[in-house]
Amino acid sequence: MAAEHPAPVAAGDQTRIHDIGYRGYDGPRLGRAYARRSLFAHSLRGAYGLGRSTKSKVLPMLLFVVMCVPAAIMVAVAVTTKMKHLPVDYTRYAIIMQAVISLYVASQAPQAVSRDLRFKTVPLYFSRPIETADYVRAKYAALASALFLLTATPLVVLYAGALLAELDFTDQTEGFAQGLVSVALLSLLFAGIGLVIASVTPRRGFGIAAVIAVLTISYGAVSTVQAIAYNQDAAGAIAWLGLFSPITLVDGVQSAFLGASSAFPGGEGPSHAQGAVFVLVALGLIAACYGLLVRRYRKAGL
Amino acid sequence: MIATEDLSKRFPRVTALDRLTVDIGPGVTGLVGANGAGKSTLIKILLGLSPASEGRAQVLGLDVATRGSAIRERVGYMPEHDCLPPDVSATEFVVHMARMSGLPPTAARERTADTLRHVGLYEERYRPIGGYSTGMKQRVKLAQALVHDPQLVFLDEPTNGLDPVGRDEMLGLIRRIHSDFGISVLVTSHLLGELERTCDHVVVIDGGRLLRSSSTTDFTQTTTTLAIEVTDSDTHPDGIRAVREALHARGVTTHDDGGGLPGAGRTLLLTAQGEETYDLVRDVIADLGLGLVRMEQHRHHISEVFRSSDEHRKEAVGHGG
Repeated sequence: MAAEHPAPVAAGDQTRIHDIGYRGYDGPRLGRAYARRSLFAHSLRGAYGLGRSTKSKVLPMLLFVVMCVPAAIMVAVAVTTKMKHLPVDYTRYAIIMQAVISLYVASQAPQAVSRDLRFKTVPLYFSRPIETADYVRAKYAALASALFLLTATPLVVLYAGALLAELDFTDQTEGFAQGLVSVALLSLLFAGIGLVIASVTPRRGFGIAAVIAVLTISYGAVSTVQAIAYNQDAAGAIAWLGLFSPITLVDGVQSAFLGASSAFPGGEGPSHAQGAVFVLVALGLIAACYGLLVRRYRKAGL
Repeated sequence: MIATEDLSKRFPRVTALDRLTVDIGPGVTGLVGANGAGKSTLIKILLGLSPASEGRAQVLGLDVATRGSAIRERVGYMPEHDCLPPDVSATEFVVHMARMSGLPPTAARERTADTLRHVGLYEERYRPIGGYSTGMKQRVKLAQALVHDPQLVFLDEPTNGLDPVGRDEMLGLIRRIHSDFGISVLVTSHLLGELERTCDHVVVIDGGRLLRSSSTTDFTQTTTTLAIEVTDSDTHPDGIRAVREALHARGVTTHDDGGGLPGAGRTLLLTAQGEETYDLVRDVIADLGLGLVRMEQHRHHISEVFRSSDEHRKEAVGHGG
């Protein structure tokens, strides 16, 4: 490349822009898989506002901090007061912080997909080597990873704190691992739901409102009906009702299989058999979200 | 570069392409047709994004039905509509698009800087695209289509929404894409005059069917026909007639009118035999004491192709029904 630079020029002539002519590109073309990875990285960074304007960094960063601060405080308390247990289970943390997580999904899912639809950038992607499924996978993976970062980081803080406080190592490690599996499931589920809703509308505002509505209304409705069922002594119904909102679905899965104590009224978590249904529903929902997204983008071509 | 064979695309309600067979070589090729003639549909099929109902097509020797991804790696596409996010800079956007084409990060940055310079974006490339003028946005769209150094680029209505100066600059740029960059171009437009000035070859489609495919010189037959316009004076109230008579007296034949174009009757057409015809015309006008408003090489306009093909179609319809 150095050879293409113009020869040294006389003083006073240095401000001129030299047209060194067009240079072709003979280097490697890394193809589809590379493009998909690039889109993933770009979207993941975008989910925290990196590579975007300062304004769009504020909310995701703020939510990230809000997610981590309670964990840090708990750790500080646990270490200083020499507690025997952490005040909150690893699996419980995300359930408690679900409002923050919902807000994050609502703000970043439209950012990930509505922008491309609104500004009609989608055709530019599809005029390149990637296919519809590559685009969907990259976007889905990016948002799920962003959510995993958001939900797993406080768990790491808790775990580090627990080790500092010299709590039982095996206990803590087991709880931590269970927590990670649980937030991974939660990330996939929430990312899928958020993206499907956001991909329907090119308007970011609608996307945000719709995601919040779906996540909070479903949770509100389910917990209300569960509370009624609890008061009516219909305890058997409580667990099944948990199937109908994303966060209670995750709660059900983790209380059946990941040693979590259920946040359902009266702690009426699902049994192992019921838990299997919860797992199937959760995985089915994730697959359905992926399928819907691929279908959506097949039509959104040029 | 591009070859199609009996290519058809039918939607439930309309036939967008009807057994189109064309063969397009290297160079700048114009794809002309009215809105809805099937231009965008053709581009979609050629990019391997939309399957054809019937027939086959090849781009750069690759079959569009099976090698779509490989074609898109070697082909650039500039869409007709807006496609730029307003809150990122041209540099960031084009770098991202370069990587989406498979360029490694360093190469993507270098090629972006080069390409933006070539399309004429300098300092402003670091500012968010939202603040750009239409002309600058068109340049960014062009840059993202060229950034991976494709062998062929599809430009869909690149002059849409530009003012006359912007239009000329864009057409000049399109010309350079082939002459300087060595990239073949397929450019669509519904404006024929533009393509006449820019393209080596023009393909006219209408209603999804091929009307004509030939080189622009065939279309416009650049025989040096001169168009002359003069002022009138008191001694010669009809300046054109005076000039025509004076030229006839010198043995130069003139054509009757301006071919029904605007300004006909005020314009005189004659066939130039060489340099001396120009001198002769100048002298004749000077002798008559008239002012020469314009003397230029006149070309037949591509629009005449449409006119004649319309007549053909009417005939065909007449025969058919």
